[in-house]
Amino acid sequence: MAAVRNIYEQQAYNKRMTTVLVILYIAVAVLVGYTVDVLVLGFPASNPLPILSLATLMLACGTTIWSLSSGWIAVLKATGAVPANPRDPLHKKLLNIVEEVKIAAGLPMPRVYVIHDCDFNALATGNDPRHCAVAVTDSLLEGADRDELQGVVAHEMSHIKNYDIRLMTIIASLVGAIVLMGDSITKSLKTSIESATSDGSSTTTSAQAQIISWVVYGPLYVLIWFFTTIVAPLPLKIMAMAVSRNREYLADAAAAELTRNPAALAQVLKKVGTDRIPTFSMTRAAAHLCIVDPSGNGFNDMGGFLAELFGTHPPILKRIKRLEAMAYSASRSPQPPPQPAHT
Amino acid sequence: MIIFYIFLAAVLILIFWVIAKYNALVTLRNQVTNGWKQIDVQLKRRHDLIPNLVNTVRGQMQFEQETLEKVIQARNAAASAKGIADAASKEDMLTSALSKLFALVENYPTLKSNENVLQLQEELTSTENKITFARQFYNDIATKFNIAQQVFPANIIASMFNFKPSELFEITVAAEREVPKVDLSLKK
Repeated sequence: MAAVRNIYEQQAYNKRMTTVLVILYIAVAVLVGYTVDVLVLGFPASNPLPILSLATLMLACGTTIWSLSSGWIAVLKATGAVPANPRDPLHKKLLNIVEEVKIAAGLPMPRVYVIHDCDFNALATGNDPRHCAVAVTDSLLEGADRDELQGVVAHEMSHIKNYDIRLMTIIASLVGAIVLMGDSITKSLKTSIESATSDGSSTTTSAQAQIISWVVYGPLYVLIWFFTTIVAPLPLKIMAMAVSRNREYLADAAAAELTRNPAALAQVLKKVGTDRIPTFSMTRAAAHLCIVDPSGNGFNDMGGFLAELFGTHPPILKRIKRLEAMAYSASRSPQPPPQPAHT
Repeated sequence: MIIFYIFLAAVLILIFWVIAKYNALVTLRNQVTNGWKQIDVQLKRRHDLIPNLVNTVRGQMQFEQETLEKVIQARNAAASAKGIADAASKEDMLTSALSKLFALVENYPTLKSNENVLQLQEELTSTENKITFARQFYNDIATKFNIAQQVFPANIIASMFNFKPSELFEITVAAEREVPKVDLSLKK
């Protein structure tokens, strides 16, 4: 578990981590391409140009640029979010609250979206404070009071302020891109096997070719599939989740600092935490962008090693406890601590 | 010769340090000014909203002329306030007058469910929060500016270039609000 960081360390860490991730991602992609080049296309000997390496390099750079520029919009669109409508009184309230918190945080105004979903949840996504969005489900909008909504929005705005959103969005879109790339490579291999087997003129040679091609390509196919769909995304995912939990505590604390009302956030987390309905509009990729785990399976709250490793969010009870401790010390701070009576 | 170079390097480092500190102070001063302007923007918005509210409720609240007039008076006093301390105390008076008005609105079912009134109430609540947050942000940034001027050795530069510490908002106690007098007897 990462050490506790303050906001500035978290910002620096997030920026560094984003760079590391992008480099790692491009390296992995090129490695996959190079492996196929050497093993299948006979790169140095029969084929002078490492075509696939260059292709994967371009693809990786392309997806990175896409993730950094418009990946967050894609993540947002995938949830079916619609822009808040200032004519709708509930949406207007949300817009007002976002504007309030924006003033407290000293940030530019983000785009505000509403997601139609029967679960209580909220998310923030974007690249930087100038290009980002906050989205809240309409159930939360109806079910939470003004102070509670303010706490939720402040939590999301803290993710924006800490540059959590860029790291999390890029992880979300890169994990998706790696899986996609693996799929397309395995598909092209499959077609090359099929074309190799259908090339033969007589049936016996065709059968032989088929066996040979399966013997040669089969393990390779499995290897590439294994690498691109399981091995490569796994470290990315574990990393994403490990960094995600620490930042949830930090965003809770920062939200309390912004609104000076940790009790309201604790209260809304209680409301959100007690319902175990999954947020249907949130995909796994968007999970670490949300205020609480959208899967609704209570995995994060089980505790233990697995939850520590794979959970996207810290146990909600721990978060509530920390916030309530803040509220307690805040309500007491104006008065001096009680003096022990010396009589 | 070596000593000369060391001396030269030391002087250069000192000059660069002074420039960096000076620029940091100027940046902070501008942020403080900007923070102050943000409060003004929200206060102005509040002052603009109040006549709307009063006009909307006036027709139905003719028995509460006194309260309405108090709100208008408090609003005019706040709009013409000069200086941080004066503005803060007058805005507080306006807040208490407004909360009294809103408490009275609760007695009028037609007003309570009137869409315009609800909208104005939401706008005013939001504006009040914005004022609070804008002051909070101003206080934070002004405290940062003041600390940057007062720590050693930056205080030498601050006094050399005549930087002045910024005034902070006092935290006022919201519990001072006047309890609204609810009169349910039918006046004729």
